[in-house]
Amino acid sequence: MITEMENKKAHVEELPQLTPDEIKRYSRHLIMPEVGMDGQRRLKAGSVLCIGAGGLGSPAAMYLAAAGIGRIGIVDFDVVDFSNLQRQLLHGTKDVGRSKNESAKSRINDLNPHVHVDTYETLLDSQNALGLFKDYDVILDGTDNFPTRYLVNDACVLTGKPNAYGSIFRFEGQASVFATKDGPCYRCLYPEPPPPGLVPSCAEGGVLGVLPGIIGVIQATETIKLITGIGEPLIGRFMIYDALRMKFRELKLRKDPECPVCGTNPTVTKLIDYEQFCGLRPEPQQAQGGTSVSDWEITPVELKTKMDAGETPFVLDVREPNEYQINKIAGSTLIPLGELPRRYQELPRDREIVAQCKMGGRSAKAMEFLKSVGFTNVKNLRGGILEWIDKVDPSQPKY
Amino acid sequence: MPNTIHIPTPLRPFTDKQESVEVSGGTVGELLADLTKKHDGLRKHLYTDEGKLRNFVNVYLNDEDIRYLQREATPVKPGDSLSIVPSVAGGAGGAGDISQKPQAKADRWGLA
Repeated sequence: MITEMENKKAHVEELPQLTPDEIKRYSRHLIMPEVGMDGQRRLKAGSVLCIGAGGLGSPAAMYLAAAGIGRIGIVDFDVVDFSNLQRQLLHGTKDVGRSKNESAKSRINDLNPHVHVDTYETLLDSQNALGLFKDYDVILDGTDNFPTRYLVNDACVLTGKPNAYGSIFRFEGQASVFATKDGPCYRCLYPEPPPPGLVPSCAEGGVLGVLPGIIGVIQATETIKLITGIGEPLIGRFMIYDALRMKFRELKLRKDPECPVCGTNPTVTKLIDYEQFCGLRPEPQQAQGGTSVSDWEITPVELKTKMDAGETPFVLDVREPNEYQINKIAGSTLIPLGELPRRYQELPRDREIVAQCKMGGRSAKAMEFLKSVGFTNVKNLRGGILEWIDKVDPSQPKY
Repeated sequence: MPNTIHIPTPLRPFTDKQESVEVSGGTVGELLADLTKKHDGLRKHLYTDEGKLRNFVNVYLNDEDIRYLQREATPVKPGDSLSIVPSVAGGAGGAGDISQKPQAKADRWGLA
Protein backbone atom coordinates (compact mmCIF):
# COMPACT_ATOMS: atom_id res chain seq x y z
CA MET A 1 0.00 0.00 0.00
CA ILE A 2 1.21 3.52 0.33
CA THR A 3 4.62 4.26 1.67
CA GLU A 4 3.52 6.77 4.26
CA MET A 5 1.30 4.18 5.89
CA GLU A 6 3.99 1.51 5.75
CA ASN A 7 6.21 3.91 7.61
CA LYS A 8 3.56 4.43 10.22
CA LYS A 9 3.19 0.70 10.72
CA ALA A 10 6.91 0.39 11.20
CA HIS A 11 6.95 2.88 14.05
CA VAL A 12 4.23 1.79 16.41
CA GLU A 13 6.08 3.35 19.30
CA GLU A 14 5.66 6.77 17.70
CA LEU A 15 1.86 6.47 17.56
CA PRO A 16 -0.10 8.60 20.06
CA GLN A 17 -1.12 6.92 23.30
CA LEU A 18 -4.78 6.48 24.23
CA THR A 19 -6.09 8.25 27.32
CA PRO A 20 -8.13 6.27 29.88
CA ASP A 21 -11.30 7.91 28.48
CA GLU A 22 -10.40 6.78 25.00
CA ILE A 23 -9.67 3.24 26.17
CA LYS A 24 -13.17 3.08 27.65
CA ARG A 25 -14.74 4.54 24.54
CA TYR A 26 -12.98 2.23 22.10
CA SER A 27 -13.12 -0.94 24.19
CA ARG A 28 -15.12 -2.87 21.54
CA HIS A 29 -12.30 -2.21 19.10
CA LEU A 30 -9.53 -2.88 21.57
CA ILE A 31 -10.69 -6.37 22.44
CA MET A 32 -10.52 -7.44 18.78
CA PRO A 33 -6.99 -8.54 17.93
CA GLU A 34 -7.37 -7.24 14.34
CA VAL A 35 -7.70 -3.70 15.68
CA GLY A 36 -6.39 -3.81 19.23
CA MET A 37 -4.38 -1.09 20.87
CA ASP A 38 -2.05 -0.63 17.90
CA GLY A 39 -4.90 -0.32 15.41
CA GLN A 40 -6.75 2.16 17.59
CA ARG A 41 -3.59 4.23 17.95
CA ARG A 42 -3.18 4.17 14.19
CA LEU A 43 -6.73 5.46 13.86
CA LYS A 44 -5.91 8.21 16.35
CA ALA A 45 -2.86 9.15 14.30
CA GLY A 46 -4.90 8.95 11.08
CA SER A 47 -6.67 11.64 9.13
CA VAL A 48 -9.32 11.69 6.43
CA LEU A 49 -10.55 14.50 4.22
CA CYS A 50 -14.23 14.24 3.36
CA ILE A 51 -15.06 16.01 0.13
CA GLY A 52 -18.62 16.99 0.87
CA ALA A 53 -20.74 16.82 4.00
CA GLY A 54 -23.77 15.56 2.11
CA GLY A 55 -25.36 12.17 1.61
CA LEU A 56 -22.15 10.15 1.48
CA GLY A 57 -20.04 12.41 3.68
CA SER A 58 -22.61 12.29 6.51
CA PRO A 59 -22.56 8.59 7.42
CA ALA A 60 -18.88 8.31 6.54
CA ALA A 61 -17.79 11.20 8.79
CA MET A 62 -20.07 10.14 11.63
CA TYR A 63 -18.82 6.54 11.72
CA LEU A 64 -15.21 7.60 11.26
CA ALA A 65 -15.58 10.04 14.14
CA ALA A 66 -17.16 7.42 16.36
CA ALA A 67 -14.42 4.95 15.43
CA GLY A 68 -11.77 7.35 16.68
CA ILE A 69 -10.09 8.76 13.60
CA GLY A 70 -7.79 11.47 14.91
CA ARG A 71 -8.55 14.20 12.44
CA ILE A 72 -11.41 14.73 10.00
CA GLY A 73 -11.34 17.48 7.39
CA ILE A 74 -14.51 18.56 5.63
CA VAL A 75 -14.66 20.53 2.40
CA ASP A 76 -18.07 22.04 1.80
CA PHE A 77 -19.54 25.44 1.08
CA ASP A 78 -23.21 24.62 1.12
CA VAL A 79 -25.88 25.48 3.67
CA VAL A 80 -28.31 22.93 5.06
CA ASP A 81 -31.58 22.74 3.16
CA PHE A 82 -34.79 20.92 4.09
CA SER A 83 -34.34 18.65 1.08
CA ASN A 84 -31.01 17.42 2.55
CA LEU A 85 -32.56 15.99 5.71
CA GLN A 86 -33.94 12.87 4.02
CA ARG A 87 -30.42 11.41 3.95
CA GLN A 88 -27.73 13.81 5.27
CA LEU A 89 -27.71 12.76 8.90
CA LEU A 90 -24.90 15.10 9.92
CA HIS A 91 -27.53 17.82 9.83
CA GLY A 92 -30.77 18.14 11.76
CA THR A 93 -33.94 20.15 11.33
CA LYS A 94 -32.54 22.87 13.59
CA ASP A 95 -29.57 23.23 11.26
CA VAL A 96 -31.55 24.26 8.18
CA GLY A 97 -30.00 27.46 6.89
CA ARG A 98 -26.75 26.87 8.76
CA SER A 99 -23.44 26.20 7.06
CA LYS A 100 -22.95 22.45 6.52
CA ASN A 101 -19.42 22.72 7.82
CA GLU A 102 -20.54 24.22 11.12
CA SER A 103 -23.38 21.78 11.45
CA ALA A 104 -21.09 18.84 10.65
CA LYS A 105 -18.46 20.03 13.10
CA SER A 106 -20.88 20.30 15.99
CA ARG A 107 -22.41 16.89 15.24
CA ILE A 108 -18.97 15.26 15.09
CA ASN A 109 -17.81 17.01 18.25
CA ASP A 110 -20.90 15.69 19.98
CA LEU A 111 -20.29 12.14 18.73
CA ASN A 112 -16.66 12.17 19.76
CA PRO A 113 -14.89 15.17 21.29
CA HIS A 114 -11.52 13.42 20.85
CA VAL A 115 -11.71 13.98 17.09
CA HIS A 116 -10.13 17.09 15.69
CA VAL A 117 -12.29 18.62 12.95
CA ASP A 118 -10.96 20.98 10.29
CA THR A 119 -13.47 22.59 7.98
CA TYR A 120 -12.80 24.27 4.66
CA GLU A 121 -15.57 26.58 3.52
CA THR A 122 -14.61 26.44 -0.11
CA LEU A 123 -15.27 24.91 -3.45
CA LEU A 124 -12.68 22.24 -4.15
CA ASP A 125 -10.86 23.35 -7.28
CA SER A 126 -7.67 22.84 -9.25
CA GLN A 127 -5.96 25.61 -7.28
CA ASN A 128 -6.57 24.32 -3.76
CA ALA A 129 -6.95 20.54 -4.10
CA LEU A 130 -3.29 19.49 -3.90
CA GLY A 131 -2.64 21.73 -0.91
CA LEU A 132 -5.68 20.39 0.93
CA PHE A 133 -4.99 16.73 0.16
CA LYS A 134 -1.36 16.67 1.20
CA ASP A 135 -2.12 16.88 4.92
CA TYR A 136 -4.44 13.86 4.99
CA ASP A 137 -3.96 10.09 4.84
CA VAL A 138 -7.13 9.21 2.94
CA ILE A 139 -9.48 11.24 0.74
CA LEU A 140 -13.15 10.32 0.90
CA ASP A 141 -14.96 11.34 -2.26
CA GLY A 142 -18.58 12.15 -1.55
CA THR A 143 -19.17 14.72 -4.26
CA ASP A 144 -22.00 14.65 -6.72
CA ASN A 145 -20.75 15.85 -10.07
CA PHE A 146 -18.32 14.65 -12.69
CA PRO A 147 -15.87 17.59 -12.74
CA THR A 148 -15.18 17.19 -9.02
CA ARG A 149 -14.96 13.39 -9.35
CA TYR A 150 -12.18 13.73 -11.90
CA LEU A 151 -10.53 16.51 -9.92
CA VAL A 152 -10.50 14.39 -6.75
CA ASN A 153 -9.14 11.41 -8.65
CA ASP A 154 -6.35 13.30 -10.34
CA ALA A 155 -5.38 15.15 -7.17
CA CYS A 156 -5.28 11.81 -5.30
CA VAL A 157 -2.99 10.30 -7.94
CA LEU A 158 -0.76 13.37 -7.98
CA THR A 159 -0.45 13.51 -4.18
CA GLY A 160 -0.31 9.73 -3.71
CA LYS A 161 -3.39 9.63 -1.48
CA PRO A 162 -5.89 6.77 -1.67
CA ASN A 163 -9.44 7.72 -2.64
CA ALA A 164 -12.26 5.98 -0.77
CA TYR A 165 -14.77 6.37 -3.54
CA GLY A 166 -18.55 6.16 -3.43
CA SER A 167 -21.25 7.21 -5.81
CA ILE A 168 -25.02 6.87 -5.80
CA PHE A 169 -27.96 7.25 -8.10
CA ARG A 170 -31.60 6.51 -7.25
CA PHE A 171 -31.41 2.94 -5.89
CA GLU A 172 -27.93 2.02 -6.96
CA GLY A 173 -24.52 2.70 -5.50
CA GLN A 174 -20.91 2.11 -6.44
CA ALA A 175 -17.82 1.95 -4.25
CA SER A 176 -14.13 1.31 -4.66
CA VAL A 177 -10.70 2.41 -3.46
CA PHE A 178 -8.84 4.26 -6.16
CA ALA A 179 -5.38 5.73 -6.60
CA THR A 180 -3.37 3.52 -4.29
CA LYS A 181 0.21 2.98 -5.36
CA ASP A 182 -0.36 -0.15 -7.41
CA GLY A 183 -4.13 -0.04 -7.84
CA PRO A 184 -6.29 1.46 -10.57
CA CYS A 185 -7.63 5.00 -10.45
CA TYR A 186 -11.04 6.33 -11.47
CA ARG A 187 -9.72 7.21 -14.90
CA CYS A 188 -8.55 3.62 -15.45
CA LEU A 189 -12.22 2.73 -15.14
CA TYR A 190 -13.70 5.76 -16.88
CA PRO A 191 -11.13 7.57 -19.03
CA GLU A 192 -13.72 10.13 -20.10
CA PRO A 193 -16.82 11.61 -18.54
CA PRO A 194 -20.21 11.24 -20.19
CA PRO A 195 -21.36 14.29 -22.14
CA PRO A 196 -23.33 16.71 -19.98
CA GLY A 197 -27.01 15.98 -19.70
CA LEU A 198 -26.82 12.28 -20.50
CA VAL A 199 -26.52 11.22 -16.88
CA PRO A 200 -28.79 13.08 -14.50
CA SER A 201 -27.58 14.24 -11.08
CA CYS A 202 -29.24 13.23 -7.82
CA ALA A 203 -30.96 16.61 -7.69
CA GLU A 204 -32.53 15.69 -10.99
CA GLY A 205 -32.81 11.91 -10.72
CA GLY A 206 -33.55 11.49 -7.03
CA VAL A 207 -31.97 9.13 -4.53
CA LEU A 208 -33.31 6.69 -1.96
CA GLY A 209 -32.46 8.28 1.40
CA VAL A 210 -30.91 5.16 2.94
CA LEU A 211 -28.70 4.44 -0.07
CA PRO A 212 -25.90 6.89 0.82
CA GLY A 213 -25.97 5.31 4.30
CA ILE A 214 -24.85 2.00 2.82
CA ILE A 215 -22.32 3.44 0.39
CA GLY A 216 -20.93 6.09 2.76
CA VAL A 217 -20.38 3.44 5.42
CA ILE A 218 -18.56 1.25 2.88
CA GLN A 219 -16.29 4.26 2.23
CA ALA A 220 -15.74 4.67 5.98
CA THR A 221 -15.00 0.94 6.32
CA GLU A 222 -12.39 1.11 3.58
CA THR A 223 -10.85 4.21 5.16
CA ILE A 224 -10.49 2.41 8.48
CA LYS A 225 -8.95 -0.62 6.75
CA LEU A 226 -6.49 1.57 4.87
CA ILE A 227 -5.43 3.41 8.00
CA THR A 228 -5.15 0.37 10.25
CA GLY A 229 -3.75 -1.85 7.50
CA ILE A 230 -6.18 -4.69 8.20
CA GLY A 231 -8.26 -6.85 5.87
CA GLU A 232 -8.49 -6.72 2.12
CA PRO A 233 -9.15 -3.21 0.89
CA LEU A 234 -11.51 -2.64 -2.04
CA ILE A 235 -8.61 -2.02 -4.40
CA GLY A 236 -8.97 -3.30 -7.95
CA ARG A 237 -12.56 -4.19 -7.20
CA PHE A 238 -15.72 -2.29 -7.91
CA MET A 239 -18.77 -2.90 -5.73
CA ILE A 240 -22.17 -2.27 -7.18
CA TYR A 241 -25.10 -2.26 -4.81
CA ASP A 242 -28.71 -2.45 -5.93
CA ALA A 243 -31.02 -1.52 -3.07
CA LEU A 244 -34.19 -2.67 -4.83
CA ARG A 245 -32.92 -6.16 -5.46
CA MET A 246 -30.71 -6.08 -2.35
CA LYS A 247 -27.76 -7.35 -4.29
CA PHE A 248 -24.08 -6.61 -4.22
CA ARG A 249 -22.03 -7.40 -7.28
CA GLU A 250 -18.27 -7.20 -7.50
CA LEU A 251 -16.42 -6.40 -10.72
CA LYS A 252 -12.70 -6.59 -11.35
CA LEU A 253 -10.81 -3.38 -12.00
CA ARG A 254 -7.39 -3.18 -13.53
CA LYS A 255 -4.80 -0.51 -13.55
CA ASP A 256 -4.65 0.71 -17.14
CA PRO A 257 -1.03 1.13 -18.29
CA GLU A 258 -2.38 3.66 -20.81
CA CYS A 259 -4.18 5.69 -18.13
CA PRO A 260 -3.56 9.40 -18.74
CA VAL A 261 -2.99 10.07 -15.02
CA CYS A 262 -1.64 6.92 -13.35
CA GLY A 263 -0.35 5.00 -16.39
CA THR A 264 3.26 4.46 -17.36
CA ASN A 265 3.42 7.61 -19.51
CA PRO A 266 0.99 10.01 -17.93
CA THR A 267 -0.18 12.96 -20.00
CA VAL A 268 -1.99 14.64 -17.12
CA THR A 269 0.75 15.74 -14.75
CA LYS A 270 -1.00 18.66 -13.13
CA LEU A 271 -4.60 19.56 -12.39
CA ILE A 272 -6.62 20.81 -15.34
CA ASP A 273 -9.89 22.68 -15.91
CA TYR A 274 -12.34 19.94 -15.01
CA GLU A 275 -15.50 21.74 -15.99
CA GLN A 276 -14.11 22.14 -19.44
CA PHE A 277 -12.94 18.51 -19.43
CA CYS A 278 -16.49 17.45 -18.62
CA GLY A 279 -17.94 19.67 -21.33
CA LEU A 280 -19.67 21.96 -18.90
CA ARG A 281 -18.04 25.11 -20.14
CA PRO A 282 -17.41 26.07 -23.72
CA GLU A 283 -13.83 26.37 -24.91
CA PRO A 284 -12.46 29.84 -24.07
CA GLN A 285 -12.42 31.00 -27.71
CA GLN A 286 -16.11 30.13 -28.02
CA ALA A 287 -16.90 32.01 -24.85
CA GLN A 288 -15.37 35.13 -26.31
CA GLY A 289 -17.52 34.85 -29.43
CA GLY A 290 -20.33 37.17 -30.37
CA THR A 291 -23.14 35.54 -28.43
CA SER A 292 -23.81 37.16 -25.11
CA VAL A 293 -25.63 35.48 -22.27
CA SER A 294 -28.83 37.35 -23.04
CA ASP A 295 -28.99 35.77 -26.49
CA TRP A 296 -29.64 32.33 -25.10
CA GLU A 297 -30.84 32.91 -21.59
CA ILE A 298 -34.01 34.41 -20.21
CA THR A 299 -34.74 35.15 -16.57
CA PRO A 300 -38.03 34.19 -14.95
CA VAL A 301 -38.95 37.86 -14.57
CA GLU A 302 -38.26 38.52 -18.26
CA LEU A 303 -40.39 35.51 -19.20
CA LYS A 304 -43.25 36.70 -17.00
CA THR A 305 -43.01 40.18 -18.51
CA LYS A 306 -43.27 38.71 -22.00
CA MET A 307 -46.26 36.59 -21.02
CA ASP A 308 -47.98 39.56 -19.40
CA ALA A 309 -47.37 41.59 -22.56
CA GLY A 310 -49.32 39.02 -24.54
CA GLU A 311 -46.40 37.26 -26.15
CA THR A 312 -46.76 33.52 -26.25
CA PRO A 313 -43.39 31.85 -25.94
CA PHE A 314 -43.59 28.05 -26.03
CA VAL A 315 -42.44 26.92 -22.60
CA LEU A 316 -40.82 23.50 -22.92
CA ASP A 317 -40.46 21.67 -19.61
CA VAL A 318 -37.80 18.97 -20.01
CA ARG A 319 -38.11 17.44 -16.56
CA GLU A 320 -39.61 14.03 -15.72
CA PRO A 321 -43.39 13.55 -15.33
CA ASN A 322 -43.18 13.07 -11.55
CA GLU A 323 -41.38 16.40 -11.21
CA TYR A 324 -43.99 18.06 -13.38
CA GLN A 325 -46.63 16.86 -10.90
CA ILE A 326 -44.95 18.83 -8.12
CA ASN A 327 -44.86 22.22 -9.82
CA LYS A 328 -45.02 23.73 -13.28
CA ILE A 329 -45.24 26.94 -15.25
CA ALA A 330 -48.84 27.28 -16.39
CA GLY A 331 -49.22 26.48 -20.07
CA SER A 332 -45.89 24.67 -20.36
CA THR A 333 -45.46 21.49 -22.37
CA LEU A 334 -43.69 18.49 -20.90
CA ILE A 335 -41.18 16.57 -22.98
CA PRO A 336 -38.53 14.91 -20.78
CA LEU A 337 -34.98 15.57 -21.97
CA GLY A 338 -34.43 11.90 -22.79
CA GLU A 339 -37.44 11.89 -25.13
CA LEU A 340 -36.55 15.11 -26.89
CA PRO A 341 -34.42 13.56 -29.66
CA ARG A 342 -37.40 11.60 -30.93
CA ARG A 343 -40.11 14.14 -30.12
CA TYR A 344 -38.62 17.51 -31.11
CA GLN A 345 -40.79 17.52 -34.25
CA GLU A 346 -43.72 18.26 -31.95
CA LEU A 347 -42.27 21.71 -31.24
CA PRO A 348 -43.38 24.79 -33.16
CA ARG A 349 -40.73 26.24 -35.44
CA ASP A 350 -42.45 29.65 -35.65
CA ARG A 351 -42.53 30.51 -31.95
CA GLU A 352 -39.90 31.40 -29.41
CA ILE A 353 -39.11 28.33 -27.31
CA VAL A 354 -38.12 28.68 -23.67
CA ALA A 355 -36.61 25.48 -22.33
CA GLN A 356 -36.99 24.93 -18.61
CA CYS A 357 -36.13 22.27 -16.01
CA LYS A 358 -35.57 22.27 -12.27
CA MET A 359 -32.46 24.46 -12.08
CA GLY A 360 -31.41 25.13 -15.64
CA GLY A 361 -29.02 22.24 -16.35
CA ARG A 362 -31.10 19.86 -18.38
CA SER A 363 -32.80 22.69 -20.20
CA ALA A 364 -29.38 24.03 -21.26
CA LYS A 365 -28.75 20.63 -22.87
CA ALA A 366 -32.20 20.72 -24.44
CA MET A 367 -31.45 24.16 -25.85
CA GLU A 368 -28.13 23.00 -27.28
CA PHE A 369 -29.81 19.97 -28.79
CA LEU A 370 -32.59 22.04 -30.35
CA LYS A 371 -30.05 24.44 -31.82
CA SER A 372 -28.20 21.45 -33.29
CA VAL A 373 -31.34 20.33 -35.11
CA GLY A 374 -32.01 23.77 -36.55
CA PHE A 375 -34.11 25.66 -34.02
CA THR A 376 -32.85 29.23 -33.84
CA ASN A 377 -35.24 30.96 -31.49
CA VAL A 378 -34.55 28.98 -28.30
CA LYS A 379 -33.74 30.29 -24.85
CA ASN A 380 -32.91 28.66 -21.55
CA LEU A 381 -34.88 29.71 -18.48
CA ARG A 382 -32.24 30.75 -15.99
CA GLY A 383 -32.45 28.95 -12.66
CA GLY A 384 -35.33 26.76 -13.84
CA ILE A 385 -38.61 26.31 -12.04
CA LEU A 386 -36.90 26.98 -8.70
CA GLU A 387 -35.96 30.51 -9.70
CA TRP A 388 -39.39 30.93 -11.31
CA ILE A 389 -40.96 30.10 -7.95
CA ASP A 390 -38.57 32.41 -6.10
CA LYS A 391 -39.05 35.34 -8.40
CA VAL A 392 -42.49 34.98 -9.98
CA ASP A 393 -44.78 32.40 -8.46
CA PRO A 394 -44.05 31.69 -4.78
CA SER A 395 -47.39 29.89 -4.43
CA GLN A 396 -45.90 26.65 -5.77
CA PRO A 397 -43.94 24.11 -3.73
CA LYS A 398 -40.23 23.59 -4.28
CA TYR A 399 -38.38 20.29 -4.18
CA MET B 1 -30.03 -20.69 -23.51
CA PRO B 2 -30.31 -16.92 -23.47
CA ASN B 3 -27.89 -14.66 -21.66
CA THR B 4 -28.78 -11.90 -19.26
CA ILE B 5 -27.69 -8.27 -19.50
CA HIS B 6 -27.90 -6.27 -16.28
CA ILE B 7 -29.20 -2.78 -16.94
CA PRO B 8 -28.03 -0.06 -14.53
CA THR B 9 -30.55 2.31 -12.97
CA PRO B 10 -29.76 5.33 -15.20
CA LEU B 11 -30.50 3.29 -18.32
CA ARG B 12 -33.66 1.55 -17.12
CA PRO B 13 -35.93 4.25 -18.56
CA PHE B 14 -34.86 2.85 -21.95
CA THR B 15 -35.69 -0.79 -21.17
CA ASP B 16 -39.25 -0.24 -19.95
CA LYS B 17 -37.78 -0.14 -16.43
CA GLN B 18 -36.49 -3.72 -16.68
CA GLU B 19 -33.38 -4.30 -14.58
CA SER B 20 -32.22 -7.15 -16.77
CA VAL B 21 -32.91 -8.20 -20.32
CA GLU B 22 -32.65 -11.68 -21.84
CA VAL B 23 -30.64 -11.67 -25.04
CA SER B 24 -29.00 -14.19 -27.31
CA GLY B 25 -25.85 -14.28 -29.40
CA GLY B 26 -22.42 -15.82 -29.57
CA THR B 27 -20.30 -12.81 -28.69
CA VAL B 28 -20.51 -9.78 -26.43
CA GLY B 29 -21.13 -7.64 -29.52
CA GLU B 30 -24.01 -9.84 -30.63
CA LEU B 31 -25.62 -9.73 -27.21
CA LEU B 32 -25.42 -5.93 -27.18
CA ALA B 33 -26.81 -5.80 -30.71
CA ASP B 34 -29.73 -7.96 -29.63
CA LEU B 35 -30.27 -5.63 -26.67
CA THR B 36 -30.41 -2.48 -28.79
CA LYS B 37 -32.65 -4.29 -31.28
CA LYS B 38 -35.10 -4.94 -28.46
CA HIS B 39 -34.67 -1.48 -26.90
CA ASP B 40 -33.73 1.00 -29.56
CA GLY B 41 -33.65 3.95 -27.13
CA LEU B 42 -30.49 2.51 -25.57
CA ARG B 43 -28.53 2.78 -28.78
CA LYS B 44 -27.46 6.40 -28.44
CA HIS B 45 -26.46 5.84 -24.82
CA LEU B 46 -24.24 2.89 -25.64
CA TYR B 47 -22.85 3.72 -29.07
CA THR B 48 -21.37 6.74 -30.77
CA ASP B 49 -22.71 7.90 -34.12
CA GLU B 50 -19.92 5.87 -35.69
CA GLY B 51 -21.24 2.74 -34.01
CA LYS B 52 -18.44 2.41 -31.45
CA LEU B 53 -19.12 1.63 -27.80
CA ARG B 54 -18.97 4.87 -25.87
CA ASN B 55 -15.93 5.49 -23.68
CA PHE B 56 -17.85 6.14 -20.52
CA VAL B 57 -19.91 2.96 -20.79
CA ASN B 58 -18.10 -0.06 -19.41
CA VAL B 59 -19.27 -3.55 -20.25
CA TYR B 60 -18.44 -6.53 -18.08
CA LEU B 61 -18.72 -10.18 -18.99
CA ASN B 62 -19.45 -11.74 -15.63
CA ASP B 63 -16.95 -9.86 -13.44
CA GLU B 64 -14.39 -9.05 -16.13
CA ASP B 65 -14.07 -5.83 -18.12
CA ILE B 66 -14.39 -6.69 -21.84
CA ARG B 67 -11.58 -4.21 -22.57
CA TYR B 68 -9.27 -6.83 -21.02
CA LEU B 69 -10.88 -9.70 -22.94
CA GLN B 70 -11.52 -9.45 -26.66
CA ARG B 71 -13.85 -6.50 -26.36
CA GLU B 72 -17.02 -6.98 -28.41
CA ALA B 73 -15.58 -10.04 -30.12
CA THR B 74 -15.36 -11.88 -26.78
CA PRO B 75 -17.23 -15.18 -27.07
CA VAL B 76 -19.98 -15.87 -24.55
CA LYS B 77 -21.09 -19.16 -23.04
CA PRO B 78 -24.62 -20.10 -22.02
CA GLY B 79 -25.37 -18.61 -18.63
CA ASP B 80 -22.75 -15.86 -18.88
CA SER B 81 -24.09 -12.47 -17.91
CA LEU B 82 -23.21 -9.03 -19.15
CA SER B 83 -23.31 -5.88 -17.04
CA ILE B 84 -23.38 -2.35 -18.35
CA VAL B 85 -21.67 -0.09 -15.84
CA PRO B 86 -21.96 3.61 -16.65
CA SER B 87 -20.27 6.30 -14.64
CA VAL B 88 -22.48 7.80 -11.98
CA ALA B 89 -21.47 10.91 -10.09
CA GLY B 90 -24.07 11.27 -7.38
CA GLY B 91 -23.17 11.94 -3.77
CA ALA B 92 -26.51 13.38 -2.80
CA GLY B 93 -25.55 16.97 -2.46
CA GLY B 94 -22.61 18.55 -0.86
CA ALA B 95 -19.34 20.13 -1.48
CA GLY B 96 -17.66 20.23 -4.60
CA ASP B 97 -21.04 20.48 -6.18
CA ILE B 98 -19.97 23.40 -8.26
CA SER B 99 -23.47 23.87 -9.50
CA GLN B 100 -24.64 24.83 -6.03
CA LYS B 101 -22.09 27.59 -5.57
CA PRO B 102 -23.73 30.87 -6.40
CA GLN B 103 -20.78 32.66 -7.98
CA ALA B 104 -19.74 29.53 -9.86
CA LYS B 105 -23.29 29.21 -11.06
CA ALA B 106 -23.19 32.64 -12.59
CA ASP B 107 -20.28 32.00 -14.91
CA ARG B 108 -21.32 28.72 -16.34
CA TRP B 109 -24.05 27.52 -18.59
CA GLY B 110 -26.62 27.66 -15.87
CA LEU B 111 -25.86 24.02 -15.37
CA ALA B 112 -27.57 22.57 -12.39
